[in-house]
Amino acid sequence: MRLRVGIDVGGTNTDAVLMSDRELVASFKTPTTEDVTSGVVTALGGVLGGAGGLGSGVAAVMIGTTHFTNAVVQRRDLAPTAILRLGLPATQSLPPMVDWPDDLREASGNHSYLAKGGLEFDGRPISPIDPAELRAIARDIAARGLENVAVSAVFSPIKPEAELDAIEILREVLPEARYTASCQIGRTGLLERENAAILNASLRVLGGRIVGAFRQALADFGLQAPLYFTQNDGTLMSAEYVERFPVLTIASGPTNSMRGAAFLSGLKEAIVVDIGGTTSDIGALHYGFPREASVAVEVGGVRTNFRMPDILSIGLGGGSVVSEQPFGIGPRSVGFRLSQEALVFGGRTLTATDLVVAGGLAAVGERERVRHLPADLVEKGLGWIQEHLSASVEKVLLSPEPIPVIVVGGGSILAKDAIAGLPVIRPAHYQVANAVGAAIAQVSGETDRVYALSDLPRERALEEARFLATQAAVDAGADPATVEIVDVEDVPLAYLPGNATRIRVKAVGEVQLA
Amino acid sequence: MLRGWELSAGDLEALALGAAILGTGGGGNPYIGRLRATQLLKAGFRIRVLPFDQLEDADLVVAVGGIGAPVVGIEKFEKGDECYQAMRAVERFSGKPVTALISSEIGGSNAIEPLIAAAYAGLPVVDADGMGRAFPEVQMCTYLIYGLPGAPAALADEKGNIAILSSVADEYWLEKLARTAAVDMGATAGFALAPMRGSDLKRTAVPHTLSLALKLGRLVLQARSRHLDPVSQVAGETGAQLLFEGKIQDVSRRVVKGFARGRVEIDGLRDFQRSRLTVDIQNENLVARRDGEVIASVPDLIMILDLETGEPITTELLRFGFRVAVLGLAAPEQLRTARALEVVGPRAFGYDLPYRPLGGGGWYAEH
Amino acid sequence: MRNIELADLEDIALGAAVLGAGGGGDPYVGKLMAQAALRAGGPVALIGADEVGDEDLVVPVAMMGAPTVMVEKLPSGFEVMQAFGALQAYLGRSVRAVMSMEIGGLNSTIPIAVAAHEGLPLVDADGMGRAFPELQMVTPTLHGVKATPMAICDEKGNAALLETIDNHWTERLARSMTVDMGGAAMIALYPMLGKQLRPSVVRGSISLAQQVGRAIRSARVERRDPVAGLLGACPGALLFEGKIQDVSRQTDGAFVRGRVRLEGIHASRGRDFQIEFQNENLVALCGGEPVACVPDLISTLDLETAEPITTERLRYGLRVAVVGLPADPQWTSPAGLELVGPERFGYRFPYRPVRELLPASGRA
Repeated sequence: MRLRVGIDVGGTNTDAVLMSDRELVASFKTPTTEDVTSGVVTALGGVLGGAGGLGSGVAAVMIGTTHFTNAVVQRRDLAPTAILRLGLPATQSLPPMVDWPDDLREASGNHSYLAKGGLEFDGRPISPIDPAELRAIARDIAARGLENVAVSAVFSPIKPEAELDAIEILREVLPEARYTASCQIGRTGLLERENAAILNASLRVLGGRIVGAFRQALADFGLQAPLYFTQNDGTLMSAEYVERFPVLTIASGPTNSMRGAAFLSGLKEAIVVDIGGTTSDIGALHYGFPREASVAVEVGGVRTNFRMPDILSIGLGGGSVVSEQPFGIGPRSVGFRLSQEALVFGGRTLTATDLVVAGGLAAVGERERVRHLPADLVEKGLGWIQEHLSASVEKVLLSPEPIPVIVVGGGSILAKDAIAGLPVIRPAHYQVANAVGAAIAQVSGETDRVYALSDLPRERALEEARFLATQAAVDAGADPATVEIVDVEDVPLAYLPGNATRIRVKAVGEVQLA
Repeated sequence: MLRGWELSAGDLEALALGAAILGTGGGGNPYIGRLRATQLLKAGFRIRVLPFDQLEDADLVVAVGGIGAPVVGIEKFEKGDECYQAMRAVERFSGKPVTALISSEIGGSNAIEPLIAAAYAGLPVVDADGMGRAFPEVQMCTYLIYGLPGAPAALADEKGNIAILSSVADEYWLEKLARTAAVDMGATAGFALAPMRGSDLKRTAVPHTLSLALKLGRLVLQARSRHLDPVSQVAGETGAQLLFEGKIQDVSRRVVKGFARGRVEIDGLRDFQRSRLTVDIQNENLVARRDGEVIASVPDLIMILDLETGEPITTELLRFGFRVAVLGLAAPEQLRTARALEVVGPRAFGYDLPYRPLGGGGWYAEH
Repeated sequence: MRNIELADLEDIALGAAVLGAGGGGDPYVGKLMAQAALRAGGPVALIGADEVGDEDLVVPVAMMGAPTVMVEKLPSGFEVMQAFGALQAYLGRSVRAVMSMEIGGLNSTIPIAVAAHEGLPLVDADGMGRAFPELQMVTPTLHGVKATPMAICDEKGNAALLETIDNHWTERLARSMTVDMGGAAMIALYPMLGKQLRPSVVRGSISLAQQVGRAIRSARVERRDPVAGLLGACPGALLFEGKIQDVSRQTDGAFVRGRVRLEGIHASRGRDFQIEFQNENLVALCGGEPVACVPDLISTLDLETAEPITTERLRYGLRVAVVGLPADPQWTSPAGLELVGPERFGYRFPYRPVRELLPASGRA
């Protein structure tokens, strides 16, 4: 039996599921704890029945965690970090961290260096790397006692050596430092990629600690299984990889819930609406994966270009407060106090949940307590909810093709049987879709490069990109037999010679279990 | 004596937003430029705007802007003084001191570049431009359309390379040679046109457009914070007509001769139900057809804004499902003459259509 | 100092073609331009490098681009004067002499035309001692002389001035502009003062070209072997005599690369011989082994007349003599080889001087 445990550490709840191959065996929900890990231990106990239970049969544990997102958002546990950017004389108009909130810049120490190096769009050097310059910078980094270094170079996604060669030189002076190369994290867009690299470098100390804590929690259970973490595109990283690239776990939550929804419903092309207490997240599934955002995504006030799902968040959930004059629902919410404050639970606040109960669409709490609500108010409110969910679903629709809407999450009662004229599906276990998403996560590889199609025919370029993406997936731990290409995007670039085209290919495969 | 009024860091955000609206889908994202200008203000530089009516006949004004590919600008951004160095190169070559700078293209990122060069130079930026919108090529600005010489023009890169185009056969050659040099320089460079006399600018420039961009940006930002409808604010201020409201059904794209050529199909909402608008796009939005009939075309401005936020949507970001408002604004009179239409009319962009001017006046007709 | 007269042009052009090492373009068009200018402006004074004053400004002029374009799209004749004039105006001071930057091919005679037109002397020197495909490949580069300010002009009235951070950047920017301008443009560049010029140029190039041309011509007149006549007039060796079996060419960016295979005749019978070229002949291989390579000059001459054959005119069946001439010693220094040695053109083997390879062969 191949058992997998999926755990999702959310803002309110920590969910765990135990899955046997493709079947859900057990699930457990427990409040998220301050230290996070003790909640995880409780959740593990909930699905495995304590040490000595099913633990020995578990082949892998997959965790989706908000630790690192919270560290950035709350500006805590960030290690002082040096950032070296290669690109002089270009780029000096905007030094690293130029657009960061002041408090976050201070939290990571604000140590930045500019040096010669970097590439033009066609791979020519802007200026050659100057080893003497880099050694002098390394000595200064050493003098400041910094142990985490982020390195970025202009157009490094074209040729990683632009950064890796510089790191080798820094290493001569600073052999013990932890290095993050921006090309290993992000794609074209220097400020955004560099931001991600800096965040990553400043999270690495925490990364080591968190991974250690999770390992300890597993060991306490007698679990020998390998540990994986989900990243923001919904695929897995090994624990060792997370220690090096903790930043990639940021915002994995919505992705997990969308992936879980795909799995539980068996659908690959659908809209997913995850309705919580305060907000609803709406996104599109394409080939069973969330469609990625094409614009910059902010994390804690910092622009990044992570592979994040394109999620539309609206301030509408089960706990959204209804105001009558002027009429509106949300974005204010009673949140996790719903079970005390909503009318149906004996509270004094009119919430979206109360309207749904009054309308007879769901049986939650005591319907008696909302009988007094005027029928036209209930009707207006339900109409408002339906209209807003419909409008949001329409916004994320990928094409005019009619596709189903999968509704998951605790606030699912808000949705009727059709949204925007599309059929609504509520799969079994919809409350733990995110933990399921973690449990079934796969391994991915990606390539994102600019090709001059005047030199290389389009077919050959695509072939090369597919090969590179497949290789990256296998390198990340995918079973080669299961790897398939899930996304190909080629965008012609205006104003550049040689018919320049940016080609992005993503491959995914099942994790290779021992 | 310092001339003009000073621009604040807060103005820059509004100006960048307003410039993007006037970009009519193109002109490049002003985000990086705004950050750079903001950095300069923080470092103690000053940016002054010279009102158009304070421009003197004897003023010697240089138009500057970035030239290259926008996609490169997000990765290899400027050293900072490229436009300034290009301006100094034409100044040295012509041998006469420059007294002010100006934008060629108020739509998009080149609304900001002259401000940055002006901060370095300690010179004011004239409240005017050469398009009142965005266009993809150098010769499409009113200065060149009305016969002001583009040469000597200069390009400067971040490394210190300078190319002075000391004379050109015509303005198309100026575009071609400058574009080639810019690609060599890494597809980003600062570009300066030949110095122009104030008296010539009074004849050719589109006045008050910097103020217009600033005003539009402020209106949208205020509308958002006060929960007003930003689109109707923009329409109200500019006198633009609401051409359409709808949801994007399809976007098709390809690149022909270096220009992104495509088409977006929008299905009507609200008052426009059961109607369809198609917009032909290259780098900018060029021709709008409602149910097959042309209702607006270049050089008139076709602005596609997010229906709720009023955020301008550039051509590369258009995609299925966006709810948009499409506004049409009559172009400045300087772009609507027979002479100008040869350069910026529908036929100049390869559409075999006569130009049918948008009626109804609007901001440009009144200023 | 002596004068260049109309009558000297034939020999200079012929010798320059030999020194072109297969490239540099047919000097015919340049010769015609120089003839017209000499007729209009009278003879040109040829001065030695030592006769240039320390502070005297010298401006070399040249054609840039594909010589094959120039033979079809004949220059108007004004472009090069415009380039010269634009650079002189930009520098803001009077130029005292004109110079060639590339003695091999048509850039030997174009400066004569400018000198005649401007009434200025011509310096008996150049920057290569042969022909090379890129503008930074000149001996002054080795001495830190900058190619810019540089002027570039076409026949349509386009003109540009470049100021670059190094000579490789000059090449890059000027090359693309040349392509825009239709594949050929006229340039004025490497403005030098006498004190910069003297240590950095290849001296006596015009005289050498004339001497080589005269030797071939007089051998023809006197019915002697012109190839032997050439090798008697300058140091060099006969590498091979043969018949062309095959020529293959491909365009690689702005340049044409190719290979010619020869079948030996006379003393070379039974040997396999190949020449690889990129505009100019780069490497001569005998039995797969390099016997001569850049920066030494490898020239292919018609076996009977010693008429130099440029790489674009190589074709099946031609009977040729291949000669190797030693490069200027500045080129064989480590810095020189880094700029123009075989490795610079993509070969893995180090430079081997032609003189050492074949010390005593040939008819010389």
